[in-house]
Amino acid sequence: MSILEWMPFSVLLPLLAAPVCALLPGRVLPWLLAMISVTASAVIMAFVLPEAVQAPMRYFFGDWPPPIGIEYRVDAVNGFIGLLIALMGTVILPWGRVSVNREVPQRQGLFYALFLLSFAGLMGITLTGDAFNVFVFLEISSLSTYVLVAQGRSRAAPLSAFRYLVMGTLGATFYLIGIGLIYIMTGTLNMVDLAERLPAVADSGAVQAAFGFIIVGIGLKLALFPLHRWLPGAYANAPSAVTVFLASTATKVAIYVLLRLVFTVFGLEFVRQMPFAEVFFVLGVIGILFASLWAVEQDNAKRLLAYSSVAQVGYMALAISFVSVAGISAGLVHMFNHALMKAALFMCVCTVIYQVGSPSISAFNGLGRKMPLTMLAFVLAGLSLIGVPLTVGFISKWLLIEAAMDQGNWFAVVVVLIGSLLAVLYIGKIAEAAWLKPTPEGHETIREARPALLLPMWLLVAANFYFGIDTRLTADVARRGAEMLLGVSP
Amino acid sequence: MKTNGILRVVTRFLIPLIMLFALYIQFHGEYSPGGGFQAGVIFAAAWILFALVFGLDEALAVIPAKAQKVLASVGVMLYSFIGVLGVVLGGRFLDFNPLIPGSPQGAQQAGIILVELGVGITVAAVVMIVYTLFADRLRVVADLTREEID
Repeated sequence: MSILEWMPFSVLLPLLAAPVCALLPGRVLPWLLAMISVTASAVIMAFVLPEAVQAPMRYFFGDWPPPIGIEYRVDAVNGFIGLLIALMGTVILPWGRVSVNREVPQRQGLFYALFLLSFAGLMGITLTGDAFNVFVFLEISSLSTYVLVAQGRSRAAPLSAFRYLVMGTLGATFYLIGIGLIYIMTGTLNMVDLAERLPAVADSGAVQAAFGFIIVGIGLKLALFPLHRWLPGAYANAPSAVTVFLASTATKVAIYVLLRLVFTVFGLEFVRQMPFAEVFFVLGVIGILFASLWAVEQDNAKRLLAYSSVAQVGYMALAISFVSVAGISAGLVHMFNHALMKAALFMCVCTVIYQVGSPSISAFNGLGRKMPLTMLAFVLAGLSLIGVPLTVGFISKWLLIEAAMDQGNWFAVVVVLIGSLLAVLYIGKIAEAAWLKPTPEGHETIREARPALLLPMWLLVAANFYFGIDTRLTADVARRGAEMLLGVSP
Repeated sequence: MKTNGILRVVTRFLIPLIMLFALYIQFHGEYSPGGGFQAGVIFAAAWILFALVFGLDEALAVIPAKAQKVLASVGVMLYSFIGVLGVVLGGRFLDFNPLIPGSPQGAQQAGIILVELGVGITVAAVVMIVYTLFADRLRVVADLTREEID
């Protein structure tokens, strides 16, 4: 079998493994099956990406050529995102096993089946070349994610899951209305086909309304300010493994869908006519400032990082709003880098919750002496989030500021710098508690986490520095991807 | 409702008809309106009618909760098995043509019927699970409160 024939199996393997996983008894077998299929998916994507960067790979399901059938179409952009998701899944599953054993003691077969469905859904959204297929996979991943969030141990978990469900369903419905409208206008659902037929009807109100519906629908999914209200609760109350997985993948995939639909399907001409750049610029700026301020206010460490995620989505929105190759490649790079740093940060915080039992920041008091490895990892990943040189965060912010200066947009540069200062404040809040405050009474028995929790965490921290120094994979692939999205020949 | 003679007789008369109609919808889905999803729901409706009249325990004796869960997975597995079969026989995923070489029409028909059968099994099982979960709620709540007291 050629690599092209293997490519769809990066989505299909987890999808096929899910029903088997649901029937497996005990704790070891379901985890093992999930681990094998997610790792296989990552290996396939690692082989797919180098080929996809050269020329788009197309796979026709059932051998029905598009636009009749559904095709998977992988190029530099979605191959890159697909590899990112699969790698995050591979790192998070071994880490999550320990915490899942405590937080979801029963019916783990179903838990891992849902995890696989959520994973397969995200991969499917990324690889597909069919706008309606995106919706189907969006629902697969969202529905399983709602259930996963509801598995959290706190009493607020089902409520957060329900809020997420209401907002997520609204988002999916808006997206579907948008797709329905452009289907009426063009008679096709294939993205490449849509891109060819849309310019002819670009002046119609239906297409412009469709654009609005799709932007709002995906905006809800990616937690763009002010549509972010579901995110902090969902992240704070979900089981640890789910939080880490969601924080590093779900919003990234939504950003990818946005880029793909806005630039590949609707096209640059159309976007220039619509107030897309202005809206994203304003929302991005407000998102960065307000979400960072809210993050500083939080007393719950998981919630603090969740608000920081909203702020990071703001950076990505700001990068996209420049509608230039430099801006979009900065957005793509930040997507990759943010997955690395947020996964590492959430892993540290969830490890502390596992050892200490409380997510509040006062629980971190004096932990620097009790759990030095975990808290050192937190500080290093935090430096990356702030954007200190040698880390991936620096690369992100450098590219973003460069893209802003290309356009002479000094205001954006100032906002990015203020956002970084606020990140110093909220990361510093936890770091200060851990390293400078005295250990409270009753915390004498707390010990360093076990290696099963520390290894994946430090692997991610190392990746934060590796990709901060060697930017060949991230910056170059992202640049090619941005050029492809904007239709600029490299 | 078990004691009401009219209900018992009418239900016993209706259930086989409903199931037959479900199978009709299932196996004519590739040409006429219908298919696995609709058939599955109708089939489960027959079981739900039985549960309404004769009680959940009787109904669970016919199709136990465990069997429902296994069936829900088996349907998906049948679907994916047929899909992978296309790849194994040298085609693409969900490619039915290689199933019966030389007869594309027969192969498409066989493929879509088998795939829809998988859909039917899963949908029927899931609708039954949903009904069982709601009907069984009193018992589940009782179990939960007992756990809290323990």
